[in-house]
Amino acid sequence: MLSVRGLSKRFGGLRAVQGVDLDVPAGGITALIGPNGAGKTTTFAMVAGFVRPDAGTVMFDGADVTGWPPERIALAGMVRTFQVTQPFAGLTVAENIRVGAFLRVHSPAEAMAQAREVGARLGLGPMLDRPAAALTVAGRKRLEVARALATRPRLLLLDEVMAGLNPTEITEIVALVRAVRDGGVTVLLIEHIMQAVAALAEDVFVLAEGQLIARGTPRQVAGDPRVIEAYLGHGASRVLTGA
Amino acid sequence: MRWWWAGVVALAVVPFALPSQALVNLALLTAVSAALGQAWNLAGGFGGLTSFGHAVFFGIGAYAGAVLQTRWGWSPWLGLPAAAALGALAGYGIGAAAFRAGLRGSYFALVTLAFAEAARVLANSLDLTGGGLGILIPLRPGLANFQFTDRRASYALALLLLAGTTAAAAWLRRSRFGAQLAAVREGEDAARALGIDPVRVKARVLAGSGALTALGGTLYAQTYLYVDPSIAFGAERSVEMLLVAMVGGAGTVLGPLLGAVVLHAVADGSRALIDVPGFAPMLYGVLLLCVVAVLPGGLARLVRA
Repeated sequence: MLSVRGLSKRFGGLRAVQGVDLDVPAGGITALIGPNGAGKTTTFAMVAGFVRPDAGTVMFDGADVTGWPPERIALAGMVRTFQVTQPFAGLTVAENIRVGAFLRVHSPAEAMAQAREVGARLGLGPMLDRPAAALTVAGRKRLEVARALATRPRLLLLDEVMAGLNPTEITEIVALVRAVRDGGVTVLLIEHIMQAVAALAEDVFVLAEGQLIARGTPRQVAGDPRVIEAYLGHGASRVLTGA
Repeated sequence: MRWWWAGVVALAVVPFALPSQALVNLALLTAVSAALGQAWNLAGGFGGLTSFGHAVFFGIGAYAGAVLQTRWGWSPWLGLPAAAALGALAGYGIGAAAFRAGLRGSYFALVTLAFAEAARVLANSLDLTGGGLGILIPLRPGLANFQFTDRRASYALALLLLAGTTAAAAWLRRSRFGAQLAAVREGEDAARALGIDPVRVKARVLAGSGALTALGGTLYAQTYLYVDPSIAFGAERSVEMLLVAMVGGAGTVLGPLLGAVVLHAVADGSRALIDVPGFAPMLYGVLLLCVVAVLPGGLARLVRA
């Protein structure tokens, strides 16, 4: 469904992302992980059209969407959420979600009905008529997902939806992401939290210092010495394996 | 809320029964102010596009009607669609240029101010606009000439414009376009992620606001039969529109109506008490400060509370 080849971006002298390849099969949950500063968010931003890549291509559903503006990519069916949540603070929770629904629906009443339905499904039911600014961190993460889902995407890009949540909230949102996938939406997620990735993803891509260093199932990458070293530092895999 | 609107309508009808043309004139000026403030509010309030130069649209409308009838003998009524079209074009053009360049907030405000000033300088130097002398529209009262000896007829037209701009504001509150505009106002990146093109949405609302403001300009010129560069494009005009909306409540439907009534009551009341030039603008300033400090949402907040 999504196929990325040779994606690269420099910021001045910093090579943020170098030649990254990604493949996201339709109907699954794929994860992109890596330590801080690995270039995950930049990769995401390039895929979703927010940052123009210096090199490389992004193919979505057979169409070359490289360099498209984000609004056009969203219309094509690929929608992202933000790590730093960006609620429309002056609007209610339901109105926030309705903005997403308006991408495909023109009637205000119909869009509102869909927004309330999506909001309720994501556990925002009691908050629908409250201002979005009144939501907790966990609530805001749910709102990000709800808004994106209301656009009826085919591919959902989730940028660290679990960061800053407590273990109970993480368990809830893991179930929620699974439900999204079961509803027929392909998911690509960026995540820090290995527990969540292991529970969710079928395919994992690991970025470190702007380069792809491993790919495989969660179990495969968790045992990969290069991945361990990227997270824990040079020599870490030898210490851990007792060699 | 419904009671407030009943009150607004009742208040709007009263001037038709007034015996004095001077009082009707006051009502007319208030209605024009409210209509212009509401037109500003569409972009400035609902869209968060704080323009300091809406006089550019007002002036375009005022000159469009005046030039077409005095130079080319068009019917003044045709000045209205011409003004609306030119106002929309100017709004879209200024918006597309400024927003594509990524100008926001105070930068956008400065650019609109610059456009209005440039238009004033241009009107001052062109033969077409009569230069600094302006254009005097010959007095020929009659419905066909869009001139009325009875101020109540002009007042009725001003009310019509006010109803139109207020209907546009009410539509923004409910419609898909209005929701997308609010999303862009609250967060452009998040709006883009949901498939909204912020440049297009903002340029469109500025076009609509520009068209309605230009209609107000034509109406004004047709009522007072005179246009000159500072009447048309002066900064006071821009400031008044902004003030009416902000004092009343930017981004609310009722706000500009309240703002216009309060500002005109304050200005004329103060003039009756202390007739010193420059006192009214000073009072405006104090009033704006009070509203910003005590009631950031404007007077309309009191109504809703």
